[in-house]
Amino acid sequence: MKTEKFPLAISAQAITRPGIPRANSTQAWVWTVALVAAIAMPWLFYNYTTHRHSGFVVSMLSQMGMMSVLALSYNMLLGQAGLFSLCHATFFGIGGYATIHFLNLAGDGSFPLPLELIPILSGLAGLGLAIVFGYMATKQRATAFAMITLGIGELMTTAALMFHHFFGGEGGVNSNRMIGHSLFGFKYGPAIQVYYLIVAWTVISALAMLFLTRTPLGRMANASRDNFERVQFMGYDPRIVRFLQFALSGFFAGIGGGLYAITYEIVTFDALAAPLSANALLMAYIGGTAAFGGPILGAVLITLLQSGVSLMSNSWLVYVGVLFISMVIFAPNGIMGLVQAHGPIVRAGRFGRLLVPYVRVIVPGLVMMAGFVGMVELASFLTIGAAQGKTLVLFGSKIDVHAVLPWLAALICLAGGTLWFGVEARSFRRVWDGLMGDLKSQRSAA
Amino acid sequence: MRGLRLLCYSFAFLGLLLSPRPGLAEDTIKLAYTDPFSGPFASGGDEFLKNFQYIIARKNAAGGPLGRKYELVPFDDKLQPAEALIALKSMTDQNIPFVMHCTGSNVGSALIDAVSKHNARNPDNRILYLNCGALATELTNEQCDFWHFRFAGSVDMRAAARIKALPPDLKKVYLLNQDYLFGQSIQKDSKKWLAKLRPDIEIVGDELMPFGKVQDFSPYVAKIKASGAQSVVTGNYNRDLNLLIKTAVDAGLDVRFDTFLSHLIGGATAIGSAGENRLTSIMEFNGNVPVDLKVAEAEKFANDWRTSGHDTDFSALNFVTMIDMLTDAINKAGSTDPLKVALALEGMHEKDLVGQETIMRKEDHQLLMPYYAGVFSKDVKYDAEHTGFGWKNFMTASATDLTLPTICKMKRPAE
Amino acid sequence: MEIVLVSLLNGLVYGMLLFMLASGLTLIFSMMGVLNFAHASVYMIGAYLAFTFSQFLGFFPALIIAPILCGLLGAAIEVWGLRRAHGNGHIAELLFTFGLVFIIQRVVQMIWGMLPMPYRVPPLLDFPLFTFYGAHFPAYRGFMLLISAGMLVATWLLLKKTRVGLIIQAALTQPQMVSALGHNVPRVFTIVFAGGCALAGLAGVIGGNYQTTEPGMADAMGPIVFVVVVFGGLGSLMGCFIASILMGMIQTFAVVINSSLLDLIKPLGVTLTGDNLFTEFMTVPVARIGALLPFALMILILLFRPRGLMGTRDT
Repeated sequence: MKTEKFPLAISAQAITRPGIPRANSTQAWVWTVALVAAIAMPWLFYNYTTHRHSGFVVSMLSQMGMMSVLALSYNMLLGQAGLFSLCHATFFGIGGYATIHFLNLAGDGSFPLPLELIPILSGLAGLGLAIVFGYMATKQRATAFAMITLGIGELMTTAALMFHHFFGGEGGVNSNRMIGHSLFGFKYGPAIQVYYLIVAWTVISALAMLFLTRTPLGRMANASRDNFERVQFMGYDPRIVRFLQFALSGFFAGIGGGLYAITYEIVTFDALAAPLSANALLMAYIGGTAAFGGPILGAVLITLLQSGVSLMSNSWLVYVGVLFISMVIFAPNGIMGLVQAHGPIVRAGRFGRLLVPYVRVIVPGLVMMAGFVGMVELASFLTIGAAQGKTLVLFGSKIDVHAVLPWLAALICLAGGTLWFGVEARSFRRVWDGLMGDLKSQRSAA
Repeated sequence: MRGLRLLCYSFAFLGLLLSPRPGLAEDTIKLAYTDPFSGPFASGGDEFLKNFQYIIARKNAAGGPLGRKYELVPFDDKLQPAEALIALKSMTDQNIPFVMHCTGSNVGSALIDAVSKHNARNPDNRILYLNCGALATELTNEQCDFWHFRFAGSVDMRAAARIKALPPDLKKVYLLNQDYLFGQSIQKDSKKWLAKLRPDIEIVGDELMPFGKVQDFSPYVAKIKASGAQSVVTGNYNRDLNLLIKTAVDAGLDVRFDTFLSHLIGGATAIGSAGENRLTSIMEFNGNVPVDLKVAEAEKFANDWRTSGHDTDFSALNFVTMIDMLTDAINKAGSTDPLKVALALEGMHEKDLVGQETIMRKEDHQLLMPYYAGVFSKDVKYDAEHTGFGWKNFMTASATDLTLPTICKMKRPAE
Repeated sequence: MEIVLVSLLNGLVYGMLLFMLASGLTLIFSMMGVLNFAHASVYMIGAYLAFTFSQFLGFFPALIIAPILCGLLGAAIEVWGLRRAHGNGHIAELLFTFGLVFIIQRVVQMIWGMLPMPYRVPPLLDFPLFTFYGAHFPAYRGFMLLISAGMLVATWLLLKKTRVGLIIQAALTQPQMVSALGHNVPRVFTIVFAGGCALAGLAGVIGGNYQTTEPGMADAMGPIVFVVVVFGGLGSLMGCFIASILMGMIQTFAVVINSSLLDLIKPLGVTLTGDNLFTEFMTVPVARIGALLPFALMILILLFRPRGLMGTRDT
């Protein structure tokens, strides 16, 4: 976990003057490429004969966008402030519900706000609720905080089911996003227009959250995560720091909820229920809580798994569980953590030395994964799928689950792949350690 | 070592080369079907999928629509509206003309809305929503839509059937329901029909309990006992129902349970002998109905299901009606274009598998269909889920009996 | 009066059921600081295993075998999984157990199917023990009370009167010192985790046929058990017991209270007209929210006393 060293004697300037430091040029490149990819992606799947976007791809990308906002806002708590919250979806959901009511008001003319600006109101709704709940929850830290948020989440979900006037009961509240007010004159009927609105708001929210990490509040949140007693000694009240961070994360979660409401034009209690909070946690953790961009990566991956893989396999929850557990044990800093670990090597220009070992590790890794997927799918088909009248299609070919060959093949791939992977992983480790050792000795020699 | 490595690489490469490629798709009519297939609610989706496979296999064998075959394409929505809407996009990308959905009015409401908007915004790529089980009354009233057809009784219709099926000597009733839209609707409609049809019955208790959260029903049982009720009328299902009945029977409470949904799969197994002769439910169908009505074809249909390796019983007659009506509509319209099929479907009369009349009402696209009241008893030809107890039919409410007014003001597309 | 006595009895029995489930979790939580999200999943596995074994061997052998298997499963999870996550922090351990929940649920669905299992109360215990104000008290509930009390006594004796128990207690608050004194603390952790899982399995055996055995049972029981453990406090078995009984009583008594917030202020001459959110909120009778009161209470106690009722450490 990245820690900033905070010596007791701190230059007053460093704390009182927030500033966006000069962006690291590699980082700037990465962000630009990501943005260009986000903008261009729908066109890769455009069907040039029927002149239609792939609705599914645009839908998935939109979902990735709003989940990125949710995951980033969650990371404000988990990664930056060390607060483990279990009710984060509550603020996403409230943002969604507020937005859907605003859309209804805007639609029948009593509230002429352009659609592009409505997420601000969503954010304010999230902020309002976060202030109320945050006042209670941030009185404590660590596990007590987590349990308070668990209680809040349960209470809110049940309230959403019980009270109709605001929450609309099980059927939720729906609206029409084509309210006729827009800053740029778009109708927002086609999903692609909504997608670009989401991209814009995701970028705005991400930049705002990035800015926050460089402010004194952001730094103190990091500090109270690492050593809250020390923060008290420095004269800051960690409680206030936690409270402000919680409230602001609720603001951004609300923005995400607003985007959800605009995209799906319906909000139900699922938008504030525990499964969505769990998703936020998964995304932030798998992507990597230490790096700012980690949750975005996590959001992309989890959306692919949940909305993409789940359409191919009903055992996708097993894959999520295994992915999660592997991350927790082998890569606690998430995917970004793995990427960042390469930092010193890349900067020293030695990355080329890793290419061959990577190939050597990835191939058995793929074999091992293919074997695992094969075993899970075969077992799932045997016990559940067969009765459902499906035919098992794995890696493009029809499989007879009662024949020995597929089982044997999967078992060999899994067992053989794991052993091979183990061997290659160990030799990779040797190369890695060697490189890092070289770099260290170079640095200390320099 | 290097040799071994080389060997492994070649093996992997060979495997990649040798894996066969998928064949070409046949010319089928695709039916998308979305429901939860993973997570804690997967049991319903799993069962319905099997039902549909069974029905469609037989339909295809008997000659499908326009001489082609149906192909079922399942999508897992995990009971979440957002997921269902993403799946919807995948369906419309593949130009699938029909989507079926049977679980959860939260998803149902989202689908009606999304399908309506999609069809308005994309008139060249329309899709029809065939609802086989999202029951909220609002869906064919306030929320009614031209592109939505419901092939299952609404809460209001079921409540009417439920109250009709109460024994004439019943005087005191306790209403217990789950505290969310569905349970509250059942509560409201039960009271309405009690006032209309059975003003002689006194409602001695009217309670809402948290949905899915109650672990111990003894205090509720104590309240029911204290009220002197003779029957508990409840829309609870699954755990909320099974525990209630078990606890009541264990405590020796002598009440009837006049339920709406105890016939859902898993209910008979969980309740067991505790329900004998005191548990009734309102259902679309059960294996003993054709025995009573003496329709051999339907009896064989249901029995073939039981004997072909299924642990459950066939109760989804409305699915059969849905596929039959859809097939007739496609044949009548001469194409699978959703607009033409919808126009052919509305107002359609069809005799269901047991020969009862059903009507797809044009006003609100609600199927008017019969419901059967069954009591959990040993005296049946076919038992439920191998428990030794089955549903014994004691009342039939026909489609005409259950024709209820609607406040639907449907916007029709420009034809 | 009748309603009070009946509710007392019902509340006590329900509280003991909660304690059966929570005792294992409080042990694990107190020892390792890990809120084991998979605890309710092990409960579910215990119920399913008991069902399967009781079909071949009968209920009472299953009563012994299933918890042992759950304990072994717990040991395996701890040695090969949790221990590795331990080095990465508390949150990592918590998330590890979280990932387990998904996997266990799908595996259960694959092995036993998605429908409820016909796991029934054994005929030997299926009779009314006595009648209380006209309602039967089933003998199986009495059996449950017995086992639950037995669990409390046995765990308390183990912790307070045996050598292993003393080491466990010491490692609860001072793991490094205990290790410095030469005890194998990782092995102690494994024993505790396995023990907690065995207790969960036992609860599953007893609870599975009392309630229903289905793949959703872990999600249903999970949250309330955490509430009980946190409310009772870290490091205190007695606190857990008191919290269970308290929560059981509160939920039971709440159901018989039919008044709402509006009824409270009615004597002041307040009437609420209009059909809006505020009116909805004020007219909710306590009986409707009975199951939510434990969560509200937990929030309250954490706000003012974060170590819970009788906790020895801060959570």
